[in-house]
Parts: sequence; C-alpha cells; structure tokens
Amino acid sequence: MVAFWILAPIMVIAALGILFVRKAVHAALLLAVVMISLSVLYLTLEAPFLFAVQIIVYTGAILMLFLFVLMLVGVDASDSVVETIPGQRATAIVGGVFLGVLLTVGLGQISLGTAVGLDDANSGGNIQALANILFSKYVFAFETTSALLITAAVGAMVLAHRERLTPKATQRSLAAQRLVDYEESGAHLGPLPPPGVYARHNAVDTPALLPDGSPAPSSVSRVLTARGTVRSAPAEADAIEQIEEQLGWAPHAGRDGAVPASTTEEAPATGGDHE
Amino acid sequence: MNDVMPYIALSGILFSIGCVGVLIRRNAIVVFMCVELMLNASNLALVAFAKQHGNLDGQIAAFFVMVVAAAEVVVGLAIIMTIFRTRRSASVDDASLLKY
Repeated sequence: MVAFWILAPIMVIAALGILFVRKAVHAALLLAVVMISLSVLYLTLEAPFLFAVQIIVYTGAILMLFLFVLMLVGVDASDSVVETIPGQRATAIVGGVFLGVLLTVGLGQISLGTAVGLDDANSGGNIQALANILFSKYVFAFETTSALLITAAVGAMVLAHRERLTPKATQRSLAAQRLVDYEESGAHLGPLPPPGVYARHNAVDTPALLPDGSPAPSSVSRVLTARGTVRSAPAEADAIEQIEEQLGWAPHAGRDGAVPASTTEEAPATGGDHE
Repeated sequence: MNDVMPYIALSGILFSIGCVGVLIRRNAIVVFMCVELMLNASNLALVAFAKQHGNLDGQIAAFFVMVVAAAEVVVGLAIIMTIFRTRRSASVDDASLLKY
C-alpha cells in the first residue's frame, strides 16, 4: 500500500496536468508518467504480466506513436482557447467533478470485504495461469483479436498512404517557378538570409540584422518562431551601437532617423506574437 | 491492509479527469490521450477487482482492453493525420465539415 499512497497523488497531479498544459508534447509526457505509475500499481496488485505489457505496449508503443504523430503534425498545433459552444468548458468541469464525486462517494458506500488475493490463482506463476485461461476459456476472443489487429494495420496504411497526383518537382522546374514568381510578384529570387548575419551570435535562433539594425524575421526558421524560442535581437542591435561608439564611427544615418523606435517595438514581436 | 477500495477510487478519479479532458480540450491528439487515460483507469479497476475476487478473468479483460486500445490508437491517429493533411489543423472544431 505504500507504493499506492506515493503513486496515487503523482498520478492524479499528472492527469490534471494533461487538462491544463498548453502544448500537446507536455500532455504526452504527463500521460507517460501516469502510465508508468499505473504499471507499478499493477505490480502491487499481483499482475506482473500486465506490468510488463503496460510498459511495453502503452508506454513503449502507443505513447511513442503519439509522439511521432505530434512530430509530423508540428509543434504549433497547440490548443485554441476559443470556446465553440458558450459555457461548455465550465459545464464540462462541473459535470466532471460531479462524476468524480459520484464515483468515489458511491463506491465508498459499499464494502467489498477483505480481498481474496491472487496467491491461489498465481500459485503456478502468473503468466502460466493467464495463459491457461487465455488459451482455453478466451481462445475465441484471442483469435478474433488477430483479425482486429490486421484490420487496424491495413486501415492505418490505407489512411496514411498518399498517391502522388502531380509529378515530383525537379530542381529545374523549381528554378523556373522561382523566376516566374519573381516576374509576377517580385518575390525575392535568391535564398532567404541566413540567421545571425551581422548579429552577435550566428546561432539558428538569432535573426539576422538588416543594415538598419532591425531583425529580419525571414531569416529564422518558421518552426522556431512557432515554438517561441527565437532570441530577441535588440540586445545585439544595441551592441552594434556600442561597438560603433567604441570604434568612433558616426552612427548610421538611417538608424537615428526612422528606425530606432521601431527596432525596440518590433523585435519582441518577432519572438512573441504567436503566444 | 488488504483492501482494493483505494485503487477503485483512484480509478474513478482518473476516469473523471479523462472525461473532462475529452470535453474541454480542442486538440484532437490531446482528446485522444484523454481517451487513453479513461481506458487505463478502467484497466486499473479490472485488475483491482481481479485481486478482490481472486480470479484472473479481470486481468485477461485488461489485457484485451490494451489490445483493442492499441488498434484504436493506430486507426485514430491515422485519421487525425489525414485530416491534418487536408485541413492543416488538428483541432476538433475544424473537422465539422462531415456535419453538412
């Protein structure tokens, strides 16, 4: 019971965390905490086979599948806070609390008596005993499971498969398309500016500085911007000013004119507008 | 102390948390995780009752729940992926086109 009283609060806190964290990756990791704790509880309930299966199937396979899909769907697929149905969230929370109270209080009314325990049933080993039941009493259900699993596998393959409808873009056609775009809309013909140019760091999360000292948003990866881990550039812009002073250079004409006010105002927006 | 009642209570609490999660979260993947949480809570109750009654049928049932959950996750995540590919969104509110 010691293990239970240690793990139960952890599990409840982690499960509540799933409700409130913004990012889906954090929810997946909290779910992993719940599942591993649950496997230890299976051990205290004399189910060593389910302990192993819980870790291998749930934590190992299912949660990794969740994380793979999160990787494919992208990090900026965070939850929207807009309520489609007014008052749905409050009603859901009230209903959930009501359900929880009903379940725990209602179950508290009954008395199950002392547990029989699985010592007799597990006397020949838990796995042997499970196998005896699985391959005698439940053998039909077990064999039907194979049909279910193969249906799921084929279904997932059909759903995830994508026919190529257009020919694969070659380098030649991409270059031609870029020129067409340039002719029509004046889109920049060359590559995007690399991050960190003229800034103090050349790390990928530091935006390049334009000649007037303002950060160039197109130089940072879209994914980093979505994740909110882009460094702010004004510190580097200020450093350039200091270096110019130390070198005794006259400040940029463009810098003192229109730009400095916008440098300090725009730069936080580079890393923070998605929040 | 040889009582399984706290396990059943914990199972009930986890199940209601999963229920609330399905209702309030809008991200389809997180909704799916909350469904998994509810399945796990019911598994805990099954295993606890197996100990209470001293036979292994509850553990077999929990095992079958795990198998079905694995199959369900595979198909469900494939559907979420397909919807994300066409709609560029994993929110459950954006997949309302099937309604019309």
